[in-house]
Parts: sequence; structure tokens; C-alpha cells
Amino acid sequence: MSTEISSSLHKPRASTRYYRHRLPVRISHWINVICLAVLLMSGLGIFNAHPALYWGASSYTAKPAFLDIRAESVLAAGDSQGRGVEATPESAGEKRGRLRIGQHEFDTTGVLGVSASASGSRNERAFPSWLTIPGPYSLADSRLWHFFFAWLFVLNGIFYIAYSLLSGHLRYDLLPDRRELRGIGTSIIDHLRFRHPQGDAARRYNVLQKLAYLVVIFILLPLIVLMGMAMSPMLDSLMTGWVDLFGGRQSARSIHFIVAFLLLAFVLIHVFEVIVSGLWNHLRSMITGYYVIQSNPDKEPSP
Amino acid sequence: MNANDSNRRRFLRHSLGAVAALFVAGCDRLNETAWFPRILSKSEDFSRSVHKALIPRKSMAQEFTEADLSPYFRSNGTASPESPIYQALATHHFSGWALRVDGLVAKPQDFSLAQLRALPSRTQITRHDCVEGWSAIGKWKGSPLAEVLRVVEPTSAARYAVFHCADPMEADGTSLYYESIDMDDAYHPQTILAYELNGNPLPIPNGAPLRLRVERQLGYKHAKYLMRIELVSSLENIYGGKGGYWEDSNGYQWYAGI
Repeated sequence: MSTEISSSLHKPRASTRYYRHRLPVRISHWINVICLAVLLMSGLGIFNAHPALYWGASSYTAKPAFLDIRAESVLAAGDSQGRGVEATPESAGEKRGRLRIGQHEFDTTGVLGVSASASGSRNERAFPSWLTIPGPYSLADSRLWHFFFAWLFVLNGIFYIAYSLLSGHLRYDLLPDRRELRGIGTSIIDHLRFRHPQGDAARRYNVLQKLAYLVVIFILLPLIVLMGMAMSPMLDSLMTGWVDLFGGRQSARSIHFIVAFLLLAFVLIHVFEVIVSGLWNHLRSMITGYYVIQSNPDKEPSP
Repeated sequence: MNANDSNRRRFLRHSLGAVAALFVAGCDRLNETAWFPRILSKSEDFSRSVHKALIPRKSMAQEFTEADLSPYFRSNGTASPESPIYQALATHHFSGWALRVDGLVAKPQDFSLAQLRALPSRTQITRHDCVEGWSAIGKWKGSPLAEVLRVVEPTSAARYAVFHCADPMEADGTSLYYESIDMDDAYHPQTILAYELNGNPLPIPNGAPLRLRVERQLGYKHAKYLMRIELVSSLENIYGGKGGYWEDSNGYQWYAGI
């Protein structure tokens, strides 16, 4: 990693400004932010066309869907075990949003199944209009957005991985060494206590961070792309039967959906960690490249 | 958890919702322009070119066994065409029905069901993938389109086969469904004009008396209730010019390989 130390280490409370993220990493990071946001939200728009998930090659077998979202007319008496999320008082004939996962039913009125549109009217749709691209239901338009940004995402990913291999970003910044791997327990405890590395230790990604990035870059992201390709009937014919390695086309569709939510979980944790370990410092370093560390770890870190 | 915590949570949830809603509103503005969707649709051409370059012209869609058959084969779109012509044909069990094949061909011809059945047939158990996301597996029997084309002899100018159907898409009986495929798909061994589903004559909800199967593309390509196949050099002058009912009316992509 190239560093530029801009101040003396002798002075107490001196801060060191160093070059943390190189330009190709910064560019591909922000392209990725846009792509993942659009892909998730246009993907939810596509999902709304058939809000159910299956395991196997086809949807219509002896087995029902393992997950579905629907709007259901519920009699006033029933619905005792449903867990209300922003539930509104029920009137006769009013539909309720239901999420079913296996045997478990959840009342999700207000978010899933039944939600308010921008104009305030009640809409029967799996994911609400404020989470889908476009907002109003259009399978054709959601697909248009999804496939365009899928290409952008894939090309950006190829560029990033090639850069990381050639520049040493992978070897120097992302791969943990043996000593770091041994410190994994300490790192977990540190994270749980929101204690973040200070001083020189903050120069490098910590071991949990490295492992999370590696899992996302080399497992989750390639897997979600592959499962997207498995849904294409034309790509399925490339090597007959390859989709069966993942359980069939409907299984691939389900894995695609599940991995999307694992990525969403990663993003939420990532943003949370950025906020609690110095939002502006991190944000600046991902825009300009420069990150500031306090070289006097005895002092309280600046907020 | 104290009140402060729950306030913070509500604030966080509402801010996340507001950010998402703002993002959607911005995307909707772009979606309503003329230029942005045009840029987005470039990826359709790109996907198609990549697939054409990557995938052999005769690559085969996966075929399944009887054990994989869906208990019932879902009907989507039209379930029974509301046109007097079609209803009259159906009343007489399609005895008066014939498939017209014309356009850029040397020998235009009408094919009765008996004539189609007399051609070599192909039976295939394939997975039907709907653009909505679901799949169903059915056993289809029919005449390969290549066999029909061998009889009518397309001219060298023919680049697309257009399928004209009997089902009106509007309540007033207008906007008959249609779709189109290129000659690579037209001559593909699994592209058949199916007259049987799961060993029975094709049911009306699934496209009786004849439907297209083009197994490497999504369901909306598989035109039902076929009346006429027209060979053309360009899709420009066919209805809205985009090559299919959903393409012209709702912005679906002509290339349905993804």
C-alpha cells in the first residue's frame, strides 16, 4: 500500500494523513454503490411479478412455494398469531399483507403484500412502491433497469478484480496473514464493543473486515451473477443441465433472492461500521483517497 | 430498551425509508424521459450479441423426464380467445382451421391439422420459463418449424418468422397477439409447432389447436392460437415495428433469452 505521511510522528496529538484508497478502488466502489442499489430495487420490482420462491427446476410440482407474499382478505376474528407491523385497524373486506416462510405466517401489512402508494392509496403488491424501480409496477421497465445495471456491475467487478490482482491490492490489503487470523477472536470482541483500531493499526483493514470483503467479493457477488445467468433460458442451453448443479432454475432464482438479502445485510453492517468508526474520515478517504489517523493513541480519538 | 433507543430506531427506519423513496423518485423521473430508457435498452442488444457469440446456434434446451412433469400446466395471458372466428373454430373442434404460411416463401401454403400431423414430429419435455419468474414442465409434441419451412421454401430475403394469433388482447376484440423469432430460432431443432400437451390434444387455455415452442426463450415468445406464419425481411412494418404484442404495447424486450 502506498502511503504519504504528511506530519511528524514526534509531536503529541499529531495527526497523520495518508493515502488510503487509490483511484481505481474509489471509482469502482461508487459505481458498485449505484449498481447494487438499482439492482436490488429493480430486482424487487421483478419479484413483484410473481412473489413466491420455490426449490427445484419448476414452480408447479407436488411441493408448494417455500416463501410467498400475498394480499389476503382476512375475517376480523382470525389472524391471532400474525405479528403486526404498522398494522392499521381492520375493516371488513380490507386486505392484509401476508408473508409466509415455510409453515410460518407473518402479518406484514404496510410493507409487504399491502402498502401505501405515494398518493396514500392502499396497494396490493409484494414489495412497496418506495422500494422498487420503477415505483409504479412495470415488469418490462424493472427488467430494463436490472439488465443494464447488471452489465455495468459485472464489467465494474471484472475491472476491480483484475486491478486488485495486478496492483497487489488483494495481496497486501485484503488477504489476512496467519497472525491476523489468530487474532480473529479478539477482533470479534472488539467489534461487539464498537472498539476500533487506533493509530497505526487503523491503517490496515482489520481481520473481520478483510474476511467480510473476501466473502462478498469472491463468493456472494459471483454467486448472485451466476444465479442470475441460470435464470436465462438461453444461457441454460450453453451446457445442458448446468443449472441442476444449483438445484434447477427455480432454486437458482431462490438463491439469487437470498444472496441479494445477504448482500443487503452486508451493506447495512458496512455502513453502520463506517458511521461508528468515523463517518467523515471514511467518506473523505473513499472520495479523495486521504484518511487521517491520530498518531497519539493515548489521547481520546476525535469523534 | 429505553424511549431514547426506540426513538432512535424509528428515526433510523424512517430515514432509510425516506432515502429509498427519494432514490425511487429520482429513478422514476429518469424512467419517464425519452432518452434514459433508450440508453437502458442498449443492454438488450449487448446481451443478445454476447449470447449469439457465446452460445452455439443449435445449443439444446434441457429436456426432462415424465417424472418432472408439472401436475397441471399453467395457462397465462389468454385462456380462451374472445373472438367469433376463434369460437366458431373451437365449436367445430378446429376441423375448419388451417395454418397459413406465406410472406417471403416460394410456395405459400395452408396446412390443416392433419397435414401438420403427417409431417415428421418431435416430442420434448421442456421447462417453460415465464417472464414473471415461474417455470412449469410439460411434454410437447409437434412439427418442427424447420419441416414446415422445408415445404414452403423461404426466399433468401427472409430474416424473421412472424406468428399471427387468434387471441385479441383488447376487450373490444382488437389487437390480435403476435410474436416473431429470427431464422436461427426458426430452424432450431426444438422449435416446434405443438399440437399436443402431455399426450393430449393441445387444450384451449394452452393455445389450441397449435402453438409455438421456442425453448431457449421466455414464455411470451411461445405464441398460442396460431393462425398464420409470415416470413419477412424486417419487423419494421409489422404493427408497431418492435416484433411482438408485448414489445409494442408494454416495452418488453424483443430478445427474450434472459
